[in-house]
Amino acid sequence: MALVQRTAQPGDNLAAYFAGNEGRRLALTDGSRVGVIGGGPAGTFFTYFLLRLAESVDMNLSVDIYEPRSFTCQGPAGCNHCGGIVSESLVQLLATEGINLPPSIVRRGIESYVLHMDVGNVRIETPLREKRIAAVFRGNGPRVSEPVGASGSFDGYLLELAAASGAKVVRKLVNEIAWDGGRPQVTSSDGSSATYDLLAVAAGVNSRVPQLFSEVAPQYRSPKTLKTFICEFKLAPEALDRHIGPSMHVFLLDIPRLEFAALIPKGEFLTLCLLGHDVDNALIDTFLGAPEVKACFPDGAMPTPVCHCFPRVNVEAAAQPYGDRIVWIGDAGVARLYKDGIGSAYRVAKAAAKTVVHHGVSSEDFRQHFWPACKRIDNDNSIAKLIFAASGLIQKRRFLRRGVLRMTANEQRRGAARRHMSTVLWDLFTGSAPYTEVLSRSFHPEFPAMLCWNLIAGNLVRSRPNGSEERPHE
Amino acid sequence: MNKASLGQWYSKGDVVIRQGEYGEHIYAVQEGELEVVKERKGGGEIRVAVLHAGDIFGEMAILQKEVRSATVRTLTETRLLTVDKKTFMSRVHEDPSLAFNIVRMMAQRIRALNAQLGERRARVERRRLERRTGKQRRVGPRRSGQ
Ligand SMILES: Cc1cc2nc3c(=O)[nH]c(=O)nc-3n(C[C@H](O)[C@H](O)[C@H](O)COP(=O)(O)OP(=O)(O)OC[C@H]3O[C@@H](n4cnc5c(N)ncnc54)[C@H](O)[C@@H]3O)c2cc1C
Repeated sequence: MALVQRTAQPGDNLAAYFAGNEGRRLALTDGSRVGVIGGGPAGTFFTYFLLRLAESVDMNLSVDIYEPRSFTCQGPAGCNHCGGIVSESLVQLLATEGINLPPSIVRRGIESYVLHMDVGNVRIETPLREKRIAAVFRGNGPRVSEPVGASGSFDGYLLELAAASGAKVVRKLVNEIAWDGGRPQVTSSDGSSATYDLLAVAAGVNSRVPQLFSEVAPQYRSPKTLKTFICEFKLAPEALDRHIGPSMHVFLLDIPRLEFAALIPKGEFLTLCLLGHDVDNALIDTFLGAPEVKACFPDGAMPTPVCHCFPRVNVEAAAQPYGDRIVWIGDAGVARLYKDGIGSAYRVAKAAAKTVVHHGVSSEDFRQHFWPACKRIDNDNSIAKLIFAASGLIQKRRFLRRGVLRMTANEQRRGAARRHMSTVLWDLFTGSAPYTEVLSRSFHPEFPAMLCWNLIAGNLVRSRPNGSEERPHE
Repeated sequence: MNKASLGQWYSKGDVVIRQGEYGEHIYAVQEGELEVVKERKGGGEIRVAVLHAGDIFGEMAILQKEVRSATVRTLTETRLLTVDKKTFMSRVHEDPSLAFNIVRMMAQRIRALNAQLGERRARVERRRLERRTGKQRRVGPRRSGQ
């Protein structure tokens, strides 16, 4: 057995040490075995950083990633359903980590966002005029796309990265968890079992895995989720260039139960993402029937989707996503609300890997060193709820929408040094900055003053500002 | 530019950062080659490194809050991704290990520079020796002829 009881080291926090573990700690050592359930972003980032950090302290670990999905398959079978936006901040952080997303994975570099409202639309340019947001397919594209092999899938690319770091990919579905002499044991669909010194659960929220823990880890409560909708349209390249361009199109429409909607260009496809409360066919039809949405398609005619799904999204953190020799990461634990779920999977996975290599694998180790990273995201999500409540208000009040549109359009047209509204919207839509930062930006003394002025001007003077991108529909 | 590639393209010969200027960005090379040159006080410059895809540069001015220590110029058409100082530094405060890759690259660069310096010193030493032995040879026969 490779799991050791590590004795006190000079740098250890002795109080927590004795309180939690009676003077001994659980830690991995040379030859320890780690099981990872799920080869999505959380599982692969965790594995990649775990092996890299372990190597830096000369620790040799054996890691198995359980992932039954083949990311070379087209359509839902090879896909971890998602909008596929890799945020600006994540693209930059990955580059500093030495992970540069190749053009074969990036289906489109996003240069700007277009905000559509019933009162008009406005284009918000990236601050540096550089493509730093990636639109990717998590799998190998929709059903009808040209096969490009494993290299076209974002998740496939990350899984290859983890495998190249030394992990073994086990192409099996995990369907049972138990304890074997105090160590986690994983049983796969073919009946084979393996016991590990540490188990990382990165199975997301779209499988039965959370239910496997109700008896073996009663302290863990799976995250709350919402049903969402994604579909893919195939368009002629010229039509895509003319109507969509290198922009992500987001919609702030007064449709009940709709939280967020976006159209994302990827190669010859356009991904539609709908987040809301109990997304159902009625909500989808109302959205697709909106004139602002139809205007994004050639002659206002929407082609039949070539692929669609109703995945669930994490909207409330899991309770205590850690225990002795077990940790839940990514969507299965704590994830960023509505935006940059892949980015939060990266942060949480790395925090877990650092805890395992530098501190230990006991519940107390995770509480002290892993949980703060989760808590930061969870606290930020509380702020997000405030921000989304405000954006819900804007969605419902036409006079507010006019003010927001006017302020943003003026900032974009003038290239104003202080683009208050543009920056707030950019960070909100792209998911590049924490929600706390988005909120603090709106506390800038000039922000409310400018907003008030634009609310008045936008509602009294209803003429279109010269040279603006703004296109009122009325 | 390929619609699917991230970052920005630079033409051959473009100066990306200039020695002595302040900078707000780190750069990650996606495609192409660049040279790092040190401008000499008396004029002229010496090439200290060549950068390739996967390399990162511009981090020193960010970490030390000082001006750029060298000029970086493209040798070919090059695609670069900029990393904002704010994004990088705020994340480093949360996760200092983010700087690990950069520190490792800096260590490699110092090692390469040391090797270059060693070679240069050896070359200078060799030339001095050659000059000295050459002088002796020239002086030698005259002496013997006296
Ligand atoms: C509609 C929608 C749009 C979104 N858009 C974006 C976006 O644009 N950008 C962004 O950053 N985030 C987005 N997200 C969030 C993002 O998808 C998630 O946060 C992210 O995928 C979490 O990664 P993960 O690895 O935790 O889980 P997942 O990506 O769900 O991966 C879980 C993996 O576990 C595997 N697995 C499941 N059960 C088992 C089992 N029993 N045995 C073995 N393996 C198993 C699955 O096959 C899968 O590969 C979106 C989410 C939704 C629902």
